[in-house]
Amino acid sequence: MSEYKSGSNLEKVLKAGHFAFTGECGPPQGANVAHLKEKAGHLKGHVDAVNVTDNQTAVVRMSSWAASLILLEQGLEPNFQMVCRDRNRLAIQSDILGVYSNGIRNMLCLSGDHQKFGNHPEAKNVFDIDSMQLIHTAKTMRDDGKFLNGQEIDVPPELFIGAACNPFAEPFDFRVYRLAKKIAAGADFIQTQCIYNMAKFREFMKRAVDMGLHEKCYILAGVTPMKSVGMARYMSKQVPGMDVPDNLIKRLQGAGKGKVAAEGIKFAVEQIEEFKEMEGVAGVHLMAIEWEHRVPEIAEMAGVLPRPQV
Amino acid sequence: MIVAEPKPVKEILDMVRDLRKILIVGCKGCVTVCNVGGTKEVAILASTLRIAAKKNGKEIEVGEHTLERQCDPEYIDEIRDFVADYDAVISIACGVGPQFLSERYPEIRVFPGVNTKFMGGAIEHGIWSERCAGCGTCVVHYFGGLCPIARCSKSLLNGPCGGSNNGKCEISKEVDCIWDIIVRKMMEQGRLDELLEFKPPKSWMTARDGGPRMMTREELVK
Repeated sequence: MSEYKSGSNLEKVLKAGHFAFTGECGPPQGANVAHLKEKAGHLKGHVDAVNVTDNQTAVVRMSSWAASLILLEQGLEPNFQMVCRDRNRLAIQSDILGVYSNGIRNMLCLSGDHQKFGNHPEAKNVFDIDSMQLIHTAKTMRDDGKFLNGQEIDVPPELFIGAACNPFAEPFDFRVYRLAKKIAAGADFIQTQCIYNMAKFREFMKRAVDMGLHEKCYILAGVTPMKSVGMARYMSKQVPGMDVPDNLIKRLQGAGKGKVAAEGIKFAVEQIEEFKEMEGVAGVHLMAIEWEHRVPEIAEMAGVLPRPQV
Repeated sequence: MIVAEPKPVKEILDMVRDLRKILIVGCKGCVTVCNVGGTKEVAILASTLRIAAKKNGKEIEVGEHTLERQCDPEYIDEIRDFVADYDAVISIACGVGPQFLSERYPEIRVFPGVNTKFMGGAIEHGIWSERCAGCGTCVVHYFGGLCPIARCSKSLLNGPCGGSNNGKCEISKEVDCIWDIIVRKMMEQGRLDELLEFKPPKSWMTARDGGPRMMTREELVK
């Protein structure tokens, strides 16, 4: 039997004790394969795996499994995201089998943004199961070789199972317990929400380490560089569960005209440097939203290149 | 109770614009309690139709009748002697009412005068809030006596999601995050360990997902 659960590159990098570095790529709002390939091209060789978002913010895009397969063809390792908003348990299990059969080895389990935010707010949602149950489903399929109904699977899908964690959503005191619950349900790795409030994240990680959660699961800290003061304000006010301290907004404002983006990247790089040293943090998940072309320089500045070959 | 709201007057007028004899039927159950379908509202809607007809120079006859309940054939029978005198009936009961009327009086056209919203209660005078999704298998005791199926926007059984913000749901500042309330209550009660138990996927077979539902109580069937 393999020493790995999935044998994905991400799993191998983490298991070997390297500081992981993952990226993200949103599929196009259309069938613009060329644009997807171009965005993904910037990430190639600079990250260990690429999250492929699943109708993020409830906006219709090319399906995450299809975009994941395109990335796979391009020589990148996808981290296939799946939300519970758009699929019932039949579709969820069949998509898990489908992506695995086509060579996908990582999957991130999410509840999904409510459709009210998106571009089809009239839609009926599904939410047959929740993200916790999705993690458990993927684990049951892999480790027990069984469907949710207990029936045996003819060749189980062996995926490296990821989950999200938002240390900044409320109630704060419960968040570390919810992380523990996701790990108990079967999460092999965690990617956190974008971190801006470093003091709060330090406190969160201290609690996670005190509970020994970092020994049961790989925790990747979420980083999204700020492109502008407007983006910082928007994230602060409009994005649910996002914690952007005023002093960060002031710092960006203070950078001066034409230099805000550079300051945003500088802050992200400082964060990554701190995460490398922070107990319990096994890597960084860089969500450079529609800024894929800046990932190589961020990776370079953060000193995470070259990526390990395991 | 079942909570409903009046349909816009324009919509009702459009529905019945070619009809001359209309019977408005109210209900003394839930819709009376939530001030939308009782005797008083029957009278108001009747006046509205008469005034609108007069304004348009049309002759119209509007009858008014409020039944004890529209979800019970026994009471539905009460209008049998005169319902045929009308071209149509507007029911201002919940969605059950127009259907029971349609089934009992198949020759009569029946229109709904209200939009049925949800099962809930009045949290303040004039404000109603949803409490039950009718899933058919009550589980509120696991969640501090509160229902995440009806009250969490994503019906999470292992919440709260990452969108919980200042006690509010990510979909609107007007909507409480029920998981925020559940977690705080359970932690205050020293019942954190219960929340840490994984809740497996729910069977929706007893909910509407299992198909249209029926219930038979053998001991009550004559």
